[in-house]
Amino acid sequence: MFPYIVRRIFVMFLMLTLLSIVVFLLFNAVPTDPARLTCGKSCTPEVIAANRIRLGLDQPLLTQYLEWIKGFFVGRTYGTGSATFECSRPCLGYSFRSGEEVTTLIVNAVPVTMYLALGAFTLWMVVGISAGIVAAKHQGKWQDRTIMGIALVGYSLPVFFVGLLLLIFAIVRWNVLPYPDYEPPFEDPVAFFQTMLLPWVTLAILYSAYYARLTRSQILETMGEDYIRTARAKGLSERVVFRKHAFRAGLTPIVTSAGLDLAGLLGGAIITEYIFSLPGLGRVAIGAVTDYDLPTITAAVLVSAVFIIIANLVVDILYVAIDPRVRIT
Amino acid sequence: MGANVATVIEPVVGRTLRQIAWSRLRKDRVAIGSMIILVFITFIAIFGPLISNWIGVNPYDFNTELLSDAGSLPLGAFGGVSLAHPLGVEPLTGRDILARLLYGTRISLLIAVSATIITVLLGTVVGVISGYSRGRTDTILSRFMDITLAFPLLLVIIAMSPVIEQRLQTFGLPPGNPSRITTLILVLSVFGWPYLARLIRGQVISLREREFVEAAISIGSSNRRILFRELLPNLWAPILIYATIAMPALIGAEAALAYLGISVVPPTPTWGSMLQESVGYFTVDPFYFFVPLTMLLAVVLSFNLLGDALRDALDPKSGRH
Repeated sequence: MFPYIVRRIFVMFLMLTLLSIVVFLLFNAVPTDPARLTCGKSCTPEVIAANRIRLGLDQPLLTQYLEWIKGFFVGRTYGTGSATFECSRPCLGYSFRSGEEVTTLIVNAVPVTMYLALGAFTLWMVVGISAGIVAAKHQGKWQDRTIMGIALVGYSLPVFFVGLLLLIFAIVRWNVLPYPDYEPPFEDPVAFFQTMLLPWVTLAILYSAYYARLTRSQILETMGEDYIRTARAKGLSERVVFRKHAFRAGLTPIVTSAGLDLAGLLGGAIITEYIFSLPGLGRVAIGAVTDYDLPTITAAVLVSAVFIIIANLVVDILYVAIDPRVRIT
Repeated sequence: MGANVATVIEPVVGRTLRQIAWSRLRKDRVAIGSMIILVFITFIAIFGPLISNWIGVNPYDFNTELLSDAGSLPLGAFGGVSLAHPLGVEPLTGRDILARLLYGTRISLLIAVSATIITVLLGTVVGVISGYSRGRTDTILSRFMDITLAFPLLLVIIAMSPVIEQRLQTFGLPPGNPSRITTLILVLSVFGWPYLARLIRGQVISLREREFVEAAISIGSSNRRILFRELLPNLWAPILIYATIAMPALIGAEAALAYLGISVVPPTPTWGSMLQESVGYFTVDPFYFFVPLTMLLAVVLSFNLLGDALRDALDPKSGRH
């Protein structure tokens, strides 16, 4: 087990390195001149030229990449002579738009996205998996049909439709909740819950539908296995058969999906954040894209991708822990 | 939700998986219903301009005389439904909704179908190569898939779209919708393929150890023959299932991108852009919003139902317990 984890971690670092190169090239080897994106309307040729040198954009791409990586681990100094300014580690550069440190932007946005993702995750895992179990236990009966019917519709609805509908009805029409205005949970818990409730529900509706379908099909598949028949034949109660044999074996693909979906959301639930004006990573990223704020886009994409790569590792390790049949090679 | 497959007792005749699957599908009323809806909508998409000509509606003409003076909302019930405009007219412009829906269907389906085809081709080719060739090629391709899968899809699409569109124009595509639609198709397909490639790779890895492949190798078949004649025929079931899942996902993605402002150039309609335009009028003219939504949901639901039915029909284990 231990060598396996070590090897996986090594592969993960390899992937992270590759990924950082790809992300960097994707957004910095653009056909437009990055220096021209730094000053917007106030751009004069002199400002562009000065910014190009100050931000190191005149260097070859490889040097720029190495500087960027170095900035993250040890910090970097921009400019030369009297006009230098320090960007302490972990430095991801300065926003072309606001001039703020990208690290600050990201660090401020991550908790919002994290609360959104974790809340929705808890909700959908509970609802989705229980619905799936109920449906599987009553296969073919009305409970199954109802749950699967609802799940199919929920699964087919576009995200923005669910979000907008909740927004329009609960907030605009019926005034059940105030307009979303994000407050950190420890400063104003009431406002926090009022703001987060609809985004959580929005995401949970879509994912619950998917997890209900997944759980049901997984359980039905394992219930058809020979070892379930064996367990029943040796006189175990249906409860034990279900809990210890069917559910646990059917759990593996659910864990995989759950890990990856959670990681995907941690990287920013763009549409949900956009609809409910939550200042999370997705929102930061979309803002950066509209403004062509290259350092921020690069950092946002990288952070999202890092979440997914780490989740991949965690999921693979959990696999081994949950399912003893998985042999490490 | 799945297929209710009855085991038919008849003299044992050898049947291929294709025949078995088709006989199961034919008995599945949900699957047949979905197929009828999909064929009907494809028909609408192909003959959209002819149909709207025949009804006498046009997606681009303004009919401001049909709107109220205050607020420019359509006059009459259900967003101005009348004989001349069977699904009503848009607020603000008075353009005919039916005509826009017909034209929009064409473009939305064009984008989704093209992206699905590219995804399937790319995913199959990469998956087969990666699964069949052991060693370095497989490692490189697998890592490549992993990295592509790690990208926040929607974000990269939004960020890359303008860049790709510029590039396409330097290659000589006319600006405006031709390059915009090509961009949408490309970005949607480039990031969808690794899922299929992984699936196919797994299948190929287990298939390549089977006796029939060994037999083909031992009689000296070329790699090409083994790939196309021995492996590919065994892969069409997962490919087909994947395609029916990819279609609704891509239709949804097009709508989501349109909501975020990345869509065709106005005034050309797609389902996504119609939804995006109509959502602002939801409280005053809900009918306008429900028209494209119903269409989108009908197609997405049909594809999902058909996908479920196909999976049941193609599963050799189903119908035996």
